[in-house]
Amino acid sequence: MEEIYSVFAQEAREQLTAMEDGLLRMEQGDQDAETLNAIFRAAHTIKGASGVVEIHHVEKFTHILENLLDKLRNGEMQVSSDMITALLQGCDHIGALLDRVDQGYMDEDPAVAAAGEATAATLRAFTGGAATAEQAGMVEASVGTVERAGGDTAISDCWHISIRFGRDVLRMGMEPLAFLRYLLNLGEIVHLTTLSDAMPLAEDMDPEACYLGFEITLRSHATKEQIENVFAFCRDECDLYILPPNSKVGDYLNLIEHLPEENMRLGEILVKSGAITQEELDQGLRRQKAAAKIAEATEQPTPQLGDILVDKKMVQPEIVEAAAARQKQVQEKKTAEARLIRVQADKLDQLIDLVGELVIAGASANLLAQKSGQGSLVEATSVLSRLVENIRDSALQLRMVQIGETFNRFNRVVRDTSRELGKDIDLVISGAETELDKSVVEKIGDPLMHLVRNAMDHGIEPAEVREAKGKPVKGRLELNAYHDSGSIVIEVVDDGGGLKADKIQAKAIEKGIIQPGQTLSEQEIVNLIFEAGFSTMEKVSNLSGRGVGMDVVKRNIQALRGTVDVKTEVDVGSRFIIRLPLTLAIIDGFLTSVGDASYVIPLDSVVECLALQDDATRGHMLNLRGEVLPFIRLREFFDVEGAPPQRENVVVISAGGQKAGIVVDQLLGEFQTVIKPLGNLFKHLRGIGGSTILGSGEVALILDVQALTQLAGQAEERRASPPQRIGAAMLSERE
Amino acid sequence: MTEFATQTTTDGALHLILDGPMTIYNAGEIKEQLMSGLQTSSILEIDLSHVGEMDTAGFQLLVMAKRESMRRGHTLRIVAHSPAVREVIDFYNMDAFFGDPMVIPAEH
Repeated sequence: MEEIYSVFAQEAREQLTAMEDGLLRMEQGDQDAETLNAIFRAAHTIKGASGVVEIHHVEKFTHILENLLDKLRNGEMQVSSDMITALLQGCDHIGALLDRVDQGYMDEDPAVAAAGEATAATLRAFTGGAATAEQAGMVEASVGTVERAGGDTAISDCWHISIRFGRDVLRMGMEPLAFLRYLLNLGEIVHLTTLSDAMPLAEDMDPEACYLGFEITLRSHATKEQIENVFAFCRDECDLYILPPNSKVGDYLNLIEHLPEENMRLGEILVKSGAITQEELDQGLRRQKAAAKIAEATEQPTPQLGDILVDKKMVQPEIVEAAAARQKQVQEKKTAEARLIRVQADKLDQLIDLVGELVIAGASANLLAQKSGQGSLVEATSVLSRLVENIRDSALQLRMVQIGETFNRFNRVVRDTSRELGKDIDLVISGAETELDKSVVEKIGDPLMHLVRNAMDHGIEPAEVREAKGKPVKGRLELNAYHDSGSIVIEVVDDGGGLKADKIQAKAIEKGIIQPGQTLSEQEIVNLIFEAGFSTMEKVSNLSGRGVGMDVVKRNIQALRGTVDVKTEVDVGSRFIIRLPLTLAIIDGFLTSVGDASYVIPLDSVVECLALQDDATRGHMLNLRGEVLPFIRLREFFDVEGAPPQRENVVVISAGGQKAGIVVDQLLGEFQTVIKPLGNLFKHLRGIGGSTILGSGEVALILDVQALTQLAGQAEERRASPPQRIGAAMLSERE
Repeated sequence: MTEFATQTTTDGALHLILDGPMTIYNAGEIKEQLMSGLQTSSILEIDLSHVGEMDTAGFQLLVMAKRESMRRGHTLRIVAHSPAVREVIDFYNMDAFFGDPMVIPAEH
């Protein structure tokens, strides 16, 4: 796909987000005119941009949206909740159209088009339905102008456009017809007069020159700027005069004065097109003559008709407003541009890659320096490695984005879902400025969405139930984010009914996830909701039953090397806590070795290290201060050749609330680990999450802690009979 | 490119048939044809039913021909319009200027 389209889609999406934000704010009672203006500007920008890249179906649809917004902005209509719903649907549709553009198709998807028609019809119904209101508004507006201008306003409620095309327009490949036809996009051409007075006699007429001029009456809600923009390409090649609706008669007379054709003829045209009445024209011309006489009498140079008639009051407030808004917009854009630089994501990735290499090279230099035993060299390399670490941190910082954008999407989700469910739910967001890696942000959206929907559907009770329980009728959903010791924590909190342990236990037994009579702690029971094939809701609602359960949420989060926990209290609410690493590219690792091979265990999952004592083990279980710990011997697991050393070590790791031991030969200490993904070939390899390169240039494998703890548990499970889960296995071991 | 055919009708009018586009690309040629038509006969009938495309340059030539013929006190009639021609004249709101009856096909 050409770059211009992807840039268009991206920028349009930003505008769309701005629109959605504004609409939601308006729904919550934001009456600020600037909010509405911002929404309108966003819609207008999308329309303009889609016109430029010639994706006309987007342009067409946005135009409908813009019409309604314009009416709202002009105060011709009052905003209603239904209208906002329709406008939001409109935004969604534009989003769908943009998706299509992103996929590289410039045409409209027929399926999407049908949905768009329905939305367009809804939007049009609002504008159409307000026809009477519109007329009322117009009368009001014109009355207002009369007051301001002192009673000399022409009758016309239309724009008047006078244009004389330059001689070379046609030769330059521009087609007046095209510009004029484009006006139809802005409104209705009520009257058009073609003037060919400039054309010389046939003998002298140059067939390739343009001699035409036009007087156009346009009924439109467009701004002066929009109309001017229609002629932007030929602006230098033509004389263009635009008079706003309800202009003073004087303005028209002034216009007549400025145009090349004979005054009376132009006057007739204006009268014919309905811009001014004959009487107004006569009056104006009489006054002009009178003024000329006075001027003669006082021996002053004849004032121009315009000087007499144009006075400050005559400039319509809309024009000033539009100009001011435009200026502000330009300013805003400039400051925003100064603060932000758009960088291709892959350039950034490349930088991170290079920094990763630098870290590895630095580690290698460090190693050699230490081996050499030269004090000054060691010092130099340690300074170097400190700087490299700083560079690493700054480079990773570049990829950090605020989570706020992701959170804000949920405003819309909560709004729509709560309506669907008939519940009144407030969304409270905190810590929106918390930053995390862009790739994490992209992937956390789906699990979060599921948790939020779940909280609204299953968590927060219907209003009657809440009232009966003495809780506030309005439900409350919180999205929090904060940093906590090298990881980021995202919480989804609801003040709903909480998870009922007995119900979960019964369900788990029914589904065969646990055995009847098995004793589990409350927390263990609650965590069962993350097991595959678990759902407590009897009724399959529109929201649940999407084929995605909590187990998928858990898996998705684990794929990001994160964890998810739930804390719940009956009738008070539930709190889902997602803990994620700050970045996916570089981690602090713990280096171990088995035989000649090195393995890295992510440091944040290491609980403790101890020497393996044979008398403390039983099968694949270890007695850790009275606690039963399943363990895996890496030597066996990876079939490493050679005999184990006399003293083996155990690294106790914890993942997803489970602990396990990993038996290795040697502990080598902390290690800055640059994660290199494994190729597709190794995709199905269990227990290994990636690879890294050591300072010595050797490759070390990074252990997938999550998978290993599961494997440790399952290995035990296979041995235990009848098949039981880890919890049960551990319990039987204890007995 | 545009082809021209002329024939003289029984009432002495010159019948000029234009077949092809009337655009800036052949404006010079068309102007010559129209001028020679105007000089040949005091009644010029122009058949535009085969004009597939018309732009502002083409339209201007019609205006020029009409004006020139009026200046000379001659008669110029456009006896047949193609949809493209009709559309342009319509848009420019010049039907009255030419004063020719436009035949609007039934399907419109």
